[in-house]
Amino acid sequence: MPIILACTDGSSYAPSVYDHSAWAARRLGARVHVLHLLDAHRESPALMDYTGTIGLNAQANLMQELVETEQALGRAAQSKGRIVLTAARQRLETAGLTDIVADQKHGSLLEGIAEFEGEADLVVLGKRGEAAAVDPHHLGGNLERVIRSCHHPVLVTPLTFEPIERMLIAFDGGPSARKAIEFAVASPLLKGIDCHLLTTGRVDDDARWFLGEAAEKLRVAGIDATTHAHGGDPESVIAESVETIGAQLLVMGAYGHSRIRQFIVGSTTTTMVRTCPVPVLLFR
Amino acid sequence: MKQDLNLSALRTEWFGNVRRDLLAGLVVALALIPEAIAFSIIAGVDPKVGLYASFCIAVVTAFFGGRPGMISAATGAMALLMVSLVKDHGLQYLLAATVLTGVIQILAGLFKLGDLMRFVSRSVVIGFVNALAILIFMAQLPEFKGQGWPMYAMVAAGLTIIYVLPRFTRAVPSPLVCIVVLTAFAMVSGLPFRTVGDMGELPSNLPAFFLPDVPFNWETLRIILPYSIPLAVVGLLESLMTSTIVDDLTDTPSAKNRECSGQGLANIVAGCFGGMAGCAMIGQSVINVKSGGRGRFSTFVAGVALLILIVVLGKWVKQIPMAALVAVMIMVSIGTFNWASFRNFAVYPASSSIVMVATVLVVVFTHNLALGVGVGVLLSALFFAHKVSRFVAVESALSPKGEERTYTVRGQLFFVTAGRFGDAFDFREVVEKVRIDVGPAHFWDLSAINALDRVVLKFRREGTAVEITGMNAASQTLVTRLAKHDKPGALDNLGGH
Repeated sequence: MPIILACTDGSSYAPSVYDHSAWAARRLGARVHVLHLLDAHRESPALMDYTGTIGLNAQANLMQELVETEQALGRAAQSKGRIVLTAARQRLETAGLTDIVADQKHGSLLEGIAEFEGEADLVVLGKRGEAAAVDPHHLGGNLERVIRSCHHPVLVTPLTFEPIERMLIAFDGGPSARKAIEFAVASPLLKGIDCHLLTTGRVDDDARWFLGEAAEKLRVAGIDATTHAHGGDPESVIAESVETIGAQLLVMGAYGHSRIRQFIVGSTTTTMVRTCPVPVLLFR
Repeated sequence: MKQDLNLSALRTEWFGNVRRDLLAGLVVALALIPEAIAFSIIAGVDPKVGLYASFCIAVVTAFFGGRPGMISAATGAMALLMVSLVKDHGLQYLLAATVLTGVIQILAGLFKLGDLMRFVSRSVVIGFVNALAILIFMAQLPEFKGQGWPMYAMVAAGLTIIYVLPRFTRAVPSPLVCIVVLTAFAMVSGLPFRTVGDMGELPSNLPAFFLPDVPFNWETLRIILPYSIPLAVVGLLESLMTSTIVDDLTDTPSAKNRECSGQGLANIVAGCFGGMAGCAMIGQSVINVKSGGRGRFSTFVAGVALLILIVVLGKWVKQIPMAALVAVMIMVSIGTFNWASFRNFAVYPASSSIVMVATVLVVVFTHNLALGVGVGVLLSALFFAHKVSRFVAVESALSPKGEERTYTVRGQLFFVTAGRFGDAFDFREVVEKVRIDVGPAHFWDLSAINALDRVVLKFRREGTAVEITGMNAASQTLVTRLAKHDKPGALDNLGGH
């Protein structure tokens, strides 16, 4: 049975993560595995004392003090986690799902994904996490690392769930975009959704040929795709097309370029995920 | 993939905790000033040598160390080892020895000698820490000589400020207040206190790069190598111990071998900028963690702030009375000492206590931490060998008809247990056959194999057939290679080793 890994942190994006997971689970007949991570953030301490003194048994006393404060924080985080998971279960059950697994793990989101992603077929994440209210323009700090570390498709969700009837596949001919097409052909997840296929950037004969080939593949699988070819800056063209077509889902390959190039010119993927108001399904 | 993780880990290590790292780094920098000066005085060099060293080492380990949040600088443990080098050959040879120390430490990192730390037992670590505290305390005693009661009064007042002030406020470092108050008092009262300015030159500008002014020949190497090796060993020991302490306190892992190379690079840089060798500091690292410092940024801030403070405030630093420094160093030694070890004498096994005390005694009498740790490790190994040897037993049973006896050997057979193993057999009993079941035993070395040989051949000479059963594969390899009883002509050369 397919498994959907829904990562939650109890933030304002969590309900949307559950709704999108429920949508995907119904289409795939999958089990939903809700994962909540207790990231203790040891890199930022709970204790501060600027006295600069070290008294008798400084080390042992400090150790005890740290263990006590962190224990209290850890317990609070655990009970909050249990509340988050109960809420998740309720919401998924209300959506008519029965096969739900919910658990907590210690560690960062990245470690959690690395542990469970292997058996999952789809990973669902909120666009932003707990820090959303603090820094609304910055992509959830974890998201890019998580997407880069995933070998399976990742569905990044916006704040609310809208029924998905039309989707836009941004196709650049690269290997991860091809994966997206193969997925659309093979998986029941995207069946029956009105499909639009877009190529952008430098639109030359090659690009058109690849686009045609992809559309043909989809047609053979019974998906009639409307093709679009608009040259220009990928970020803005994709964003505009999502709006004009009225798509409720954007499908694209993720991080086709090296980290170095991304450092210099920025990443289309990160920009799209950050600015796009609809859910984004990413393939690596 | 790995690259991604490294980059993100690096970001967390540097900027995961910026605000608190900054504050903690400042607290540490303030606490470093008296220590760097005091350790320079222990080593017999100008305060600027220790201050430059602390700056270089803190900044370099911030980038290249294996343990984020750990503070490294000029230390007492290292200063104690270089006293006679400075006295006999001068500063330039100390700088050369510092660079060589760094080279040795980098090699240690490359050959992954950091893993050898596992041979240093808990008791040795406690002994090392206690010895270090005693040495730092003892190094303060000469400061009292010929100073009379005002010195004692000043130190007492300083200690009072250090320990009482935190009861009222935790927002300012009390050692700093102690220094400010005592300096002000010394200046206002006009009493002739000895000050930091009397102890040597303070830095007035940033450190400059220069190679140590020594002839590059074998003669120089012959002089500095006997200092560089213990310096490298002690530096790595204290750094690795401290990194374990910080690991425990912060509940995060560290890279031990990277720490070795990082310390080495830091010492090379320090030596080339006129600084003395240093290593991680237990006290300062505890202060950093206590103040909320966790990331590499805290170490970096500590180094940079130290240098800025000292260059800007040099005029004032000169006026600090030695009494204030002595008070701070006494606090450091009290804080470093593991006071629980007194209570633990009653609780811990005698062997642990002996190892700890032996380490302390050797260090206190030789002033060489490396030697103390060596003795401690050796003693731990002997005690361990002794303990393991107690778990050797040979049981025997006679078959119902009385013609065959089965000996069952259990435990670890090696040089300590070989003799007892040989004595456990009854060679005077007349039986047709002896079966030696060594299933629950393990043969470790030549002595054990030799003992087995002697037992087997002795039985054979009595006309008893011997069968050995249940030998595990590892022991079997040793037997095949070393034993005589299983080879032809064995009876002829049964030696009595």
